[in-house]
Amino acid sequence: MSSWLTSETIAIKSTSHTAARLPGGDRLFRGLTLAAALSVPLLMLGILATLIYGSRLSLREFGFGFLTSLQWNPVTEKFGALSSIYGTVVSTLLALLIAVPMGLVIALFLVELAPPKVSAFFGGAIELLAAVPSIIYGMWGLFVMAPWMANHVQPWLGESLGFLPLFQGPPMGIGILTAGIILALMILPYISSVARDVFGMVPTALKESAYGLGATNWEVTRGVTLRYALQGLVGAGFLGLGRALGETMAVTFVIGNNHRISASLFAAGNTIASTLANEFTEASEPLYLSSLVELGLALFVITVIFQTLALLWLNRLKSSGSQR
Amino acid sequence: MMPQRSLRMRKTVDRAVKAISALSALAGLGALVWILYTVVIRGFRSFNLAFFTQLPTPPGVGGGGLANAIVGTLLITVHATLIAVPIGIGAGVYLAEFGRGTKIAKLVQFITNVLIGVPSIIVGVFIYILLVVPFHTFSGIAGASSLAVIMLPVVVRTTEDMLTLVPDQLRESALALGAPHWQVTLKVVFRSAQSGLITGVLLAVARVSGETAPLLFTALNSPYWLHSMKEPLANLTVTIFNYAMSPYTDWQQKAWGASLLIMFGVLALTITARLLLRQRGEHQ
Repeated sequence: MSSWLTSETIAIKSTSHTAARLPGGDRLFRGLTLAAALSVPLLMLGILATLIYGSRLSLREFGFGFLTSLQWNPVTEKFGALSSIYGTVVSTLLALLIAVPMGLVIALFLVELAPPKVSAFFGGAIELLAAVPSIIYGMWGLFVMAPWMANHVQPWLGESLGFLPLFQGPPMGIGILTAGIILALMILPYISSVARDVFGMVPTALKESAYGLGATNWEVTRGVTLRYALQGLVGAGFLGLGRALGETMAVTFVIGNNHRISASLFAAGNTIASTLANEFTEASEPLYLSSLVELGLALFVITVIFQTLALLWLNRLKSSGSQR
Repeated sequence: MMPQRSLRMRKTVDRAVKAISALSALAGLGALVWILYTVVIRGFRSFNLAFFTQLPTPPGVGGGGLANAIVGTLLITVHATLIAVPIGIGAGVYLAEFGRGTKIAKLVQFITNVLIGVPSIIVGVFIYILLVVPFHTFSGIAGASSLAVIMLPVVVRTTEDMLTLVPDQLRESALALGAPHWQVTLKVVFRSAQSGLITGVLLAVARVSGETAPLLFTALNSPYWLHSMKEPLANLTVTIFNYAMSPYTDWQQKAWGASLLIMFGVLALTITARLLLRQRGEHQ
């Protein structure tokens, strides 16, 4: 990196040799690429400004009460985001609760336990699965998972854990629980592939010295690999969180689109993204549309905050890692 | 310090953990394989000549196909690529060549990574306000623009990554021969990073070609052949959403067919990209 020539040194070089023509070409090219690069932050500001502009009616009408109101009534034109925020948070938490431990275990299996050939095969398969579009997960959720949940999983949960309010109510198949599970499946390949990379960064010498002391596979994993990789895994969790928060199609198919908060995970609910997907084209009244845009604004702000935190965390790790 | 335990105990725990982790790995992968299997089996049933060559029919009529949606999805994706790739590669060049290490470059890099995490449905809302409201119509152009916004940060990041892999000695020797920096970039750096750049574009195309959320209220959907990009444009993913949510079994069947087609396209692109990258690794 130190030997890199900056554009200034190049400019000096070329002026000293072939006069004005070449720096002109360079200046043009540099300007064009700079403009392209600046389009990214401009886009980001543009999205923020557009969403604020689009939600101005709703911002004026409801103020901060929008975020805490439970009402969502297109007929009386009273709108509040609380049920959508609740559904978004609960479905995301459910997804992380399932996908993070499972993703970690899969990554551990691939890195520490499986023979290299098996590991390469499964690793490749997981990367491919991360590329499968979310609407495919949604289709499968609606036609395969939801009936299966209604006929088998939910009756069983109701019988064995029905004393908890979480698992009460009719087993409809569609609802927050199913949405959380689909979401978990959707982010599982993502989390395990990031975790696999993080585990891969643990220095082999560190692990080998533990093996040399006679530690078993599991003891090395618990005492060395997990401890070393912990911070990276937190970052991976945050990235997965950001992804689950805004995921639309996988959730919209199975959550039931209901603007009520219920203690039961079997009940239908909604997330910010699913409400946008279901209602945006139906919203004919300006205030209705504006409230939907404000929902979008809330989601945008939340995901940008989480994404920024995750990136800062991972960047800090990387720079401290290179000093080690 | 770890507690003192007998060797047999430690080995038993080790074996138990191995068994549990292998089982959960299998369970996770099993669920994912179940998804793929369902899509392939159910989707394949609706494949026939009409599916690929005819217009959609009303529910219950039978026959018909999704030819317009197939063409529409291709058109939207191609337009999005044409918008996003030149800008994205340009930005990547700035980050890797001219602006390397500067504050602007660091800021752009960071915002690019944040933008990658912005939910695609938000991009749909953004383009709706920007391009649908002022022109009073949903349109293919709006759909393509929303996909372009999603592609852009992906292309920027992969371009930068691939250009950074090109060794600096190559640049320096070309510069030492008196070539201006822009020629060095286009004729030396690009040539060296060629397959990497193509891989990046393929992955970006793969990422957006299965997107549904941003098209719901930009391109919308249409049962007709397209006349222009300024009208609502039929596309596969929104068709899947509408058909799957409908109560008609023949429409639902078509939605499975469309899902298989999309999944096949995305996986084919992804696999091609990975093979290209691997080939490149072997050459060097």
